[in-house]
Amino acid sequence: MEREVMDIWYSQMDTDHVKTSIRIDEQLFSKQSDYQRIDVFKSREFGKMIVLDGDIIFSEADEFIYNEMVVHVPVAVHKNVRNVLIIGGGDGGVAKTLTQYPEIESIDVVEPDELFIEVSRKFFPETAKGFDDDRVNIINMDGLRYLRRCNDKYDLIINDSTDPFGHTEGLFTKEFYGNSYRALREDGVMVYQHGSPFYDEDEAAFRAMHRKAYHSFPINRVYQASIPTCPAGYWMFGFASKKYHPIKDFDPDRWNARGIETWYYTTNLHRGAFMLPKYVEDILSEEESRA
Amino acid sequence: MDLISQLNAPIFEAMTELRKRRVVPFDVPGHKRGRGNPELLEFLGEKCVGIDVNSMKMLDNLGHPISVIKDAELLMADAFGAKNAFLMVNGTTSAVQAMVLSVIKEGDEILLPRNVHKSVINALVLCGGVPVYVPVDVNSRIGIATGMKISEIKRVMDEHPNAKAIFVNNPTYYGIASDVREIVKLGHERGMKVLVDEAHGTHLYFGDNLPVSGMAAGADLAAVSMHKSGGSLTQSSVLLSGGTIEPEYIRQIINLTQTTSASYLLMVSLDISRRNLALHGKESFQKVSNMAEYAREEINEIGGYYAYGRELVDGDSVFDFDVTKLSIYTRDIGLTGIEVYNLLRDEYDIQIEFGDIGNILAYISIGDRIRDIERLVGALEDIKRLHANEKIELYCGDFITPELAVNPKEAFYSKKVSVPLSKACGRISGEIVMCYPPGIPILTPGEKITDEILDYIEYSREKGCVLQGTMDPDCKEINVIV
Repeated sequence: MEREVMDIWYSQMDTDHVKTSIRIDEQLFSKQSDYQRIDVFKSREFGKMIVLDGDIIFSEADEFIYNEMVVHVPVAVHKNVRNVLIIGGGDGGVAKTLTQYPEIESIDVVEPDELFIEVSRKFFPETAKGFDDDRVNIINMDGLRYLRRCNDKYDLIINDSTDPFGHTEGLFTKEFYGNSYRALREDGVMVYQHGSPFYDEDEAAFRAMHRKAYHSFPINRVYQASIPTCPAGYWMFGFASKKYHPIKDFDPDRWNARGIETWYYTTNLHRGAFMLPKYVEDILSEEESRA
Repeated sequence: MDLISQLNAPIFEAMTELRKRRVVPFDVPGHKRGRGNPELLEFLGEKCVGIDVNSMKMLDNLGHPISVIKDAELLMADAFGAKNAFLMVNGTTSAVQAMVLSVIKEGDEILLPRNVHKSVINALVLCGGVPVYVPVDVNSRIGIATGMKISEIKRVMDEHPNAKAIFVNNPTYYGIASDVREIVKLGHERGMKVLVDEAHGTHLYFGDNLPVSGMAAGADLAAVSMHKSGGSLTQSSVLLSGGTIEPEYIRQIINLTQTTSASYLLMVSLDISRRNLALHGKESFQKVSNMAEYAREEINEIGGYYAYGRELVDGDSVFDFDVTKLSIYTRDIGLTGIEVYNLLRDEYDIQIEFGDIGNILAYISIGDRIRDIERLVGALEDIKRLHANEKIELYCGDFITPELAVNPKEAFYSKKVSVPLSKACGRISGEIVMCYPPGIPILTPGEKITDEILDYIEYSREKGCVLQGTMDPDCKEINVIV
């Protein structure tokens, strides 16, 4: 028999004046770790969700969009990804997506919060399965601290951290981009969360991020995806690269020949994702022209 | 310290009570709980502006404390192991002035290291005291002044047996402590009062494994910047007394220059901070020490930077080191401290305390988080990657021993004429020339201007230090005595 849904709502404050509300069926977990408050909810519309410090980080319904966009886009451009570093990534979704590529030799996941990984394993075993691959190596350490010790080591770095104002604030800074640059090989690529430029209060962080990253790498483009649980349902990613251009060096035939099953990413969408609305282009070019 | 009584916070409690009573104000301040200044109210919030009140019966009066302020001062004294404590509302500058004015009169000599804060020199201008500098060594590896050597103190004391007091930094901005216990012993044997500047030493009273505090060492007076490591609001401070000077006399001295409208925001912040330090200071400063030590290890691992610590201790000029201080020598990567300071602020949005010609200082406190330390270390790493140059040798002569021609008060009030710095050699300075960073006087009123000093001023200017203190805002001209 189907259980009655009670009138319990979780609200994500997109801004001080806008919220996204999701009806909750059940709260499965709530605890303060050394780093953040971690909640797990079950909902009808989005399935199970992890909420960190009040923001949805992961939902069963739309996680595929995010994971596919941060993995397939760079791997379809870079010719030879062997060693990957994921900063954050405590849910395992990105690691799991990467394991679809047999040529990848190592996937290092640097996630300081052990409890976050534990919670993912417990409530999202399907996704956290990514952690069980032999190539995946979990390191419980602050991302910046880990990066300082890396030199010329990775082909791809994925910054899977979410909040430029929370405990991962250090991963949205010039020092992070600089340290990442050094940790990458000469043809390395970094992909990072770029937030959403739609609401005014997010725009400043979006601008600052682009300004810092743009001046840290020779090639820097921004691409987009439509993710329902993100503020305004609209999310952006940064593609920072030492050598490869995300469109000019993109080889769709090669990628399609792999036969990887996806729900969001296609090689057509790859090109389209880099075609941005005028207001976003304007913001980006304004920041690029700044010293 | 009586921990049970330290649970109280008399000023805080009285102000909480006042808020509840909803008294109708027909007294100052005229903003009347913020209603008269809505923009300020909006900016600072009702909680803050609503308690910006004036002294009244239930809140006591700082000029003559008889109730809650008196109780708060007693608790403060007990928490710091002092006989008397005075809440100060015009910064540690006012506490330092009160120390000097309490023991020095016109013509009295006071022994002090050159790397004193300018407030000491200014206090001598007020009271007519005569500074006698105890030479301090400059550590040639990192170019900073160390503490006073006991042998030098003895020599200067023997040469000036009538001096009334000796002034000690405990510790310096960079964390270097002198042998305060021995200095107290030497001073008291000769009838000198011992004044301790603890602008950078609040935590010494509460943490473990830190240099000895002034009161524990038996000093007569100590000026403690609660607003630095103690967590109270900017401009609030404490003057401590070991009980060898009449407290009523100290109060009179303080009242010479103290406002009669002392801010209760500042006073309540002292009261609450004191309670917090008394109850939790020990653990808090252990955390701060651990964070600073962690940062030191990480920064030294980068290579090129030298984050110095206890290894500097030599039992004499560096008698002890305050491990909560994170000072870093930068010249081995070809950058001055000022350059690194500017890069951190402009490129990385990291504001540190100061940069001087060879060092930077990042202030680590009870408000810091390890993730911010990671940012600082990451930024230093990135600065090295992007900006490192050939190692630059240290310009020696950071601390030039001055020659005092007339006493500071006389020099300050003498007839003076403004001359370009280039033509000032051989004249006697009528004003102070400060160099920020690190905020130590290059010239003070009454001192002879030499070529060496002028070269140092120009070098500091070229390296981006801010020169201040002269009437000429650009410090291109200097007032000299006619």
